[in-house]
Amino acid sequence: MEKTMNLTLRVWRQKNRLSVGQFETYQLSDVSEDSSFLEMLDILSEQLVADGHEPVAFDHDCREGICGMCSMTINGQPHGPENGTTACQLHMRHFHDGQTITIEPWRAKPFPVIKDLVVDRSPLDKIIQAGGFITARAGSAVDANAMPIAKQTADYAMDAAACIGCGACVAACPNASAMLFTSAKVAHMNSLPQGQPEKHRRTLAMVTTMDGEGFGGCTNIGECEASCPKNIPLDMIAHLNRDYALAQLKNFFEPVA
Amino acid sequence: MSSLCSFVQSTIGRKILMALTGLVLVLFVMGHMLGNLQIFLGAEVINAYAYKLHYVLPSSALWGIRIFLLVCIAIHIWAAVTLTLDNRKARPQGYQEKKTIQASYSSRTMRMSGIILLAFIVFHIAHFTARSVPGMQYEEAGVLTPMEVPLVKHGEAVMKNGHGVMTFNVNDMMIAGFQVWWVSAFYILATGLLCMHLTHGFSSMFQSVGLRNTLWRKRLDRVALVYGWVVFLGFAIIPLATLAGVLKSDPTGGLATESAAIIETHSK
Repeated sequence: MEKTMNLTLRVWRQKNRLSVGQFETYQLSDVSEDSSFLEMLDILSEQLVADGHEPVAFDHDCREGICGMCSMTINGQPHGPENGTTACQLHMRHFHDGQTITIEPWRAKPFPVIKDLVVDRSPLDKIIQAGGFITARAGSAVDANAMPIAKQTADYAMDAAACIGCGACVAACPNASAMLFTSAKVAHMNSLPQGQPEKHRRTLAMVTTMDGEGFGGCTNIGECEASCPKNIPLDMIAHLNRDYALAQLKNFFEPVA
Repeated sequence: MSSLCSFVQSTIGRKILMALTGLVLVLFVMGHMLGNLQIFLGAEVINAYAYKLHYVLPSSALWGIRIFLLVCIAIHIWAAVTLTLDNRKARPQGYQEKKTIQASYSSRTMRMSGIILLAFIVFHIAHFTARSVPGMQYEEAGVLTPMEVPLVKHGEAVMKNGHGVMTFNVNDMMIAGFQVWWVSAFYILATGLLCMHLTHGFSSMFQSVGLRNTLWRKRLDRVALVYGWVVFLGFAIIPLATLAGVLKSDPTGGLATESAAIIETHSK
């Protein structure tokens, strides 16, 4: 026998970038505890459309926690109360009957709200464009084992590469800092031999772009790590700080950029 | 030069400066605390220590250290203020509802503890270094007994060219200062906030320069907690002991203490 629940939803509604948004309160009944959080929002949207209202706009794509599209702050926590999951992987069984759920978009100056819960996360793309690439030989693919990489290094780079770029770190940070995102990208590429030629240039360019986009600085408190659906650790930020200091030192004596 | 500029302008660069100046201050508070605790060894010990700091070192070195520390504090504060302003700008519209998941209380209140500590440092320098807080000018005979006492070493007054060397009675200055209850309360509160500031800052500075990982974070957090508490207790015990009457003023500067007397009889 599946359990259902009645919910009160406080959802941020905003027509477009320029308009002033506000919270709207909706009642939603008979929500299955087996439905995902996004399915619950789909049900809400159907109800709104049936009543002749605009459905709630929110980002989503794969709905299995790998694309990094879904982005909403649920009861004050990016991606909701579960550890290491995206909003789409969150299920309604983690809520209870009669609960009020507040749903807000990511809040950061570099992430302007486009509509309702959808924000513009292109500043993260700009950080990637600044240095998230390697020099690769064009043409046929290189033999997979042409360049041996220690297991430990490969695992570490893989842990960093788990970042799906959802922006929850920015949303969770009291300073709206993108350090966890940037550091994951830098640590991923700087730790592998393929990433060495641009190492210092990449570090400097990505940090400069990150600061230039208007993200705040890191205060080492760890809210990003706790909100990250991929559990990217603060180690990556330490790695970025280290690489940044080295890159600045190198650049001082022998300009790299 | 442009690379230096970009370093100082970047968020990470300023955090590294904050960590490095923080390290200087972290080491300084430990040295300061150990120096202060000598008050429990007797008036002659703390007075001799103060004499050593002021007159054995060349005064240029003393001023060099003072200016170095003040510059460190200035850089630390400048980085904190500019970063805080940048951080505020990064989120113009806040959340209606926001939960803190794992950040510690002290890590979230660094600005509060820092600002109160700055006020304390200003008071503390005016109180015991410049000695210019109204009603607490410890050099004036009208307020207290004259604070100049003989410099005592091994229970005997130190002589130079046939005259006794005189020194400032730091012991009595501290005791007189801490006998004012609200001064003691402010010192205890400030060192408590210093403890909080250190429990985050001590570990955080390793993160800012990139010398921390998950394993070392746990260890450093523990070390930071111990360090913060040691510094707190080491500083706070002096006003507490003064209020409890354990530490007493000694107008002779330690010549009359029991230990001095014992050594004196032995040497004869």
